[in-house]
Amino acid sequence: MKIVVTGLGATTPLGGDVRSTWDALLAGKSGISTLEQPWVAQYEIPVTFAGQAKVPASEVLTLQECKRLDPSSQFALIAAREAWADAGTPSVEPERLAVEFSTGIGGVWTLLDAFDTLKERGPRRVLPMTVPMLMPNGPAAAIGMDLAARGGVRTSVSACASSTEAIANAITRLQSGEIDIVVAGGCEAAIHPLPISAFAAMHATSRRNDEPELASRPYDVARDGFVMGEGGGAMVLETEEHALARGAKIYAYLVGGAVTSDAYHITAPDPEGSGAARAVLAALKQANASIEDVVHINAHATSTPVGDIAEYTALKRVFGDHLGQIAISATKASTGHLLGGAGAIEAVFTVLALKERTAPPTINLDNQDPEIPLDVVTSPRKLPDGPILAISNSFGFGGHNAVVAFRSYE
Amino acid sequence: MALSKDEVLAGLAELVNEETGLAAESVQMDKSFSDDLDIDSISMMTIVVNAEDKFGVKIPDEEVKNLVTVADAVNYIADNQ
Repeated sequence: MKIVVTGLGATTPLGGDVRSTWDALLAGKSGISTLEQPWVAQYEIPVTFAGQAKVPASEVLTLQECKRLDPSSQFALIAAREAWADAGTPSVEPERLAVEFSTGIGGVWTLLDAFDTLKERGPRRVLPMTVPMLMPNGPAAAIGMDLAARGGVRTSVSACASSTEAIANAITRLQSGEIDIVVAGGCEAAIHPLPISAFAAMHATSRRNDEPELASRPYDVARDGFVMGEGGGAMVLETEEHALARGAKIYAYLVGGAVTSDAYHITAPDPEGSGAARAVLAALKQANASIEDVVHINAHATSTPVGDIAEYTALKRVFGDHLGQIAISATKASTGHLLGGAGAIEAVFTVLALKERTAPPTINLDNQDPEIPLDVVTSPRKLPDGPILAISNSFGFGGHNAVVAFRSYE
Repeated sequence: MALSKDEVLAGLAELVNEETGLAAESVQMDKSFSDDLDIDSISMMTIVVNAEDKFGVKIPDEEVKNLVTVADAVNYIADNQ
């Protein structure tokens, strides 16, 4: 059974939809900026910048939707609606429509606002919608309600690998024969003083407060941590048979999705990269592909000193000398790291790279780390004609590795 | 000074509008919260808690089920301010 991508949606620090995001990415723009919120100074937050959604959800959704949905679910709904409309608003039996939609952290704004309310005003003032707004399956449930998906609505949580895992899970759902269409993706809305302080406490994030747009710099020798971003990404996945029967436009094939785990350290990547390498190999095996078929990788590359090297080590193990032939893009340089939404928007970028035969640039690479001799794309690069294959990697705290593989649709 | 029932109605209509987006004019004395205005129990609890703050009254949870129509709520608030 072949699975195809028929719709894309995104809201990111670069733009409020897929087109504006992709155009800004190709133009080498940065979505990272200084945070103007009063809490930055109030709590003396050590990191004063992030990648905030370019278009606030309140400009897209109704007041009531905003009141009843955590910001993470708001981004999810915006991305999923765009993907659904882009797919031509498919007519499908509700029982054969499923959702696989992730978040890494969940409704952190709702949870912490509610605790503030409890402390300041007492339990009776805690909003009755608090629980459904904070639960991590809230974004998936909001999409499921909106699209009337009755074939199962699930949320896999694996930190920054979450939404790549969601897309991988969609393959199994479609292969079961029980489902015709899956809306898959992920979201995050964690630009809140607590998560920012917590990531800063573990020295995971960049402190380049004076030059925020230069702070996310994967593979550069001066990289000093990731930059948090927010938003969401979604794709409509369906069996090729179903897509052709309804005359849908098709972006690409989804040909592989694999998940492995390191069991090495709760936050540090396995320096040997074995788990990551196994995930890449498993995705390629599922795709019936050889390593030489891969022309482009959207790398996880968060801009942390150790993470970028660990991923390189894993890729070198898998691809050997062929690695030099692969165009590598590290798009977090422009978007920041959307945590549970990262894999989803990067899968969208990977699909567009195949569809438009263009690998997007990696900005801020001024002085490439000699320990990471990858062929990094720094300005939009034409990809070869003919059938081509690309992968997108995501890794998460907990030792999670997830990889999805897409093939061009001819 | 206690508010008149008209003033309570106007204030309550504002709270309903904030919570549900319904036009304030649609909040009339003879309307049922659930049947006419389509306000669910979760929105109703939010409106009740906001009404307590706005009007300085205490509306016990066991009283909320008796507030079927807008008039029930306006009368309760006006009588207990």
